[in-house]
Amino acid sequence: MNQPTAFSSGSRNLFDSVWNQHTVGQLPSGQTQLFIGQHLVHEVTSPQAFEMLRDRGLGVMCPERTLATVDHIIPTDDQARPFADGLAEEMMSAIERNCIEFGIELLGLDDPRQGIVHVVGPELGLTQPGITLVCGDSHTSTHGAFGAIALGIGTSQVAQVLATQTLAMNRPQVRRIEVTGSLADGVFAKDVILAIIRQLGVQGGVGFAYEYTGNVFDEMNMEERMTVCNMSIEGGARCGYVNPDAKTVEFLRGLPAVPEGEEFQRAAEWWLSLASGPQATFDDDVTIDGTAIEPTVTWGINPGQSVGVGESIPAVGDYVVEEQAGVAEALEFMGLESGRPICGQAIDVAFIGSCTNSRLSDLREAAAVASGRRVAEGVRALVVPGSQQVAEQAEAEGLDRIFSEAGFQWRAAGCSMCLAMNPDKLQGREMCASSSNRNFKGRQGSPTGRTLLMSPAMVAAAAIQGHVTDVRDLVPVAG
Amino acid sequence: MSDSQVISICGTAIPLLLDDIDTDRIIPARFLRCVTFDGLGEHVFEDDRQQDTGHPFNQDRFAGAAVLVAGRNFGCGSSREHAPQALIRWGVRAIVAESYAEIFFGNCTALGVPAVTLERDRLEELTASVEADPSIEITVDLEAGSVGWGEQTATAELPGSARTALISGEWDFLSQLLANREAIRETASTIPYLSGFGGA
Repeated sequence: MNQPTAFSSGSRNLFDSVWNQHTVGQLPSGQTQLFIGQHLVHEVTSPQAFEMLRDRGLGVMCPERTLATVDHIIPTDDQARPFADGLAEEMMSAIERNCIEFGIELLGLDDPRQGIVHVVGPELGLTQPGITLVCGDSHTSTHGAFGAIALGIGTSQVAQVLATQTLAMNRPQVRRIEVTGSLADGVFAKDVILAIIRQLGVQGGVGFAYEYTGNVFDEMNMEERMTVCNMSIEGGARCGYVNPDAKTVEFLRGLPAVPEGEEFQRAAEWWLSLASGPQATFDDDVTIDGTAIEPTVTWGINPGQSVGVGESIPAVGDYVVEEQAGVAEALEFMGLESGRPICGQAIDVAFIGSCTNSRLSDLREAAAVASGRRVAEGVRALVVPGSQQVAEQAEAEGLDRIFSEAGFQWRAAGCSMCLAMNPDKLQGREMCASSSNRNFKGRQGSPTGRTLLMSPAMVAAAAIQGHVTDVRDLVPVAG
Repeated sequence: MSDSQVISICGTAIPLLLDDIDTDRIIPARFLRCVTFDGLGEHVFEDDRQQDTGHPFNQDRFAGAAVLVAGRNFGCGSSREHAPQALIRWGVRAIVAESYAEIFFGNCTALGVPAVTLERDRLEELTASVEADPSIEITVDLEAGSVGWGEQTATAELPGSARTALISGEWDFLSQLLANREAIRETASTIPYLSGFGGA
């Protein structure tokens, strides 16, 4: 019998506790060999990894700690097989074959648990405090919301984890980011992470894991915490996490992969013991005033280039010399004029979805804005739930009808227009209000397409008005 | 010296001294609809190249370059290993930049590609030299910790673990990880969630 190890006392933070618990040893390079508790797999970054195993005659070490789903390449309208896109069909067939051959469970399109990998893991209760979790996808940081060390990895590393259930990693430092106070009405988790990245920069987190702490995170529900942790990678951090608390425990209670009865009590006790205590030390500390965060909108080509909704597009001269070339490039690509308010910027497309903002609470917030209104003429608006379970819950609440009646297209679960590996894409220079995570050049499928990142409620408001709008100015429609 | 040892890389360079170049730009997502990495090389920077005929990867004078010169936070964004795989297939064997995003850096090391850092002013000098004479030979020397071109030598930084792995030729971590099977099992046996959270 093994006693759970409690770490709550002393100077160790959660990251250190979990890292130490999973350390197998040091490699000759000096890196840590880290045991991985949960491996999530999707169709895009895995085929070459399975091929590497075949080349070396290796199997999967812990198939029971590995779960695959499909999200990136699947169409969100007509999902009949074979897909119209032959390349997507080939990838779909590859993951089906690989999962059978290597004994891994696959949540395919015919499985009601299918969805975006970072929505599915938490829904099934696979994402738990104190575990290490990896996936061949940078937004794996999402799972840190539960107090897990959750790392995005490359395909060679996917092969390594499949074969050994371990990873070679350098230990990052830990930066505590405390966001104090309470968020104003109309300000959401998305605004918090955009504000953090705006302040610390897209490279500010390199070398760090981010611990998010303070009253703003205490008040957030688990889905909101996932939104924040999801975009840690956009701030350059290797991962991000929130300490487990009573909300974490209650979220997990009763989920399929979570133990029941006495074992749940033991699990909950261990989970809560992992949280960084008052004496925990950090390599760096940042404090941000949560009450000052506004609904935030990006104007540029990286997620750090953002302004509060009441602000204007900045000018090159507002930035330090080292950043001026990048700002000039962004303004030119976006076709935006310095000094003009971001509010009022016309849009062509509105996208609500992605692993950042496609969960039930996101859809509720957007539906509250869309309810009783109509999408502006000429705007193409999509709502793409993060998983089949989210879709089912939303439909049970009638959210799909609210969106459809307002003129939004209600789609099937998938990554959709976040990254344009499927038929959902921008055309030409379209300007898209998007609840996704990246405004990189060409990210949404058109090489010249443009992205304005914002919260789902702000996307809904932009869709209704046809331009960027402060969601707080849209009073809910009565009845 | 084994085939896998990476001690120094010599060759001509291609300059791309821009900041925050993300992996979507290095290889746009539509080219990730593939089950092998073959064929990615011809699509490297595809969208940037189509919008800018003067893009370095469109210029014949930089064809055949082995060393990519880049700016700050190179390879940010998606974890796609397709990005370094595409660069390798185009011909890149080493990268010299001001800084890197971490997942991209790890992917490079895992593929035997040294991604070293240089101070900005030295990168600007290197870029100027390559622009003036694209045939100039660049040497990325991991043992000496330097990048040399013409009469110039600049100090190059590379994290110790990557340097050790590349120089020793043990950058393919799979066999090292596999070698510790017993220790993996031992560690797993101490992890509470793998053993009923301490239950009987």
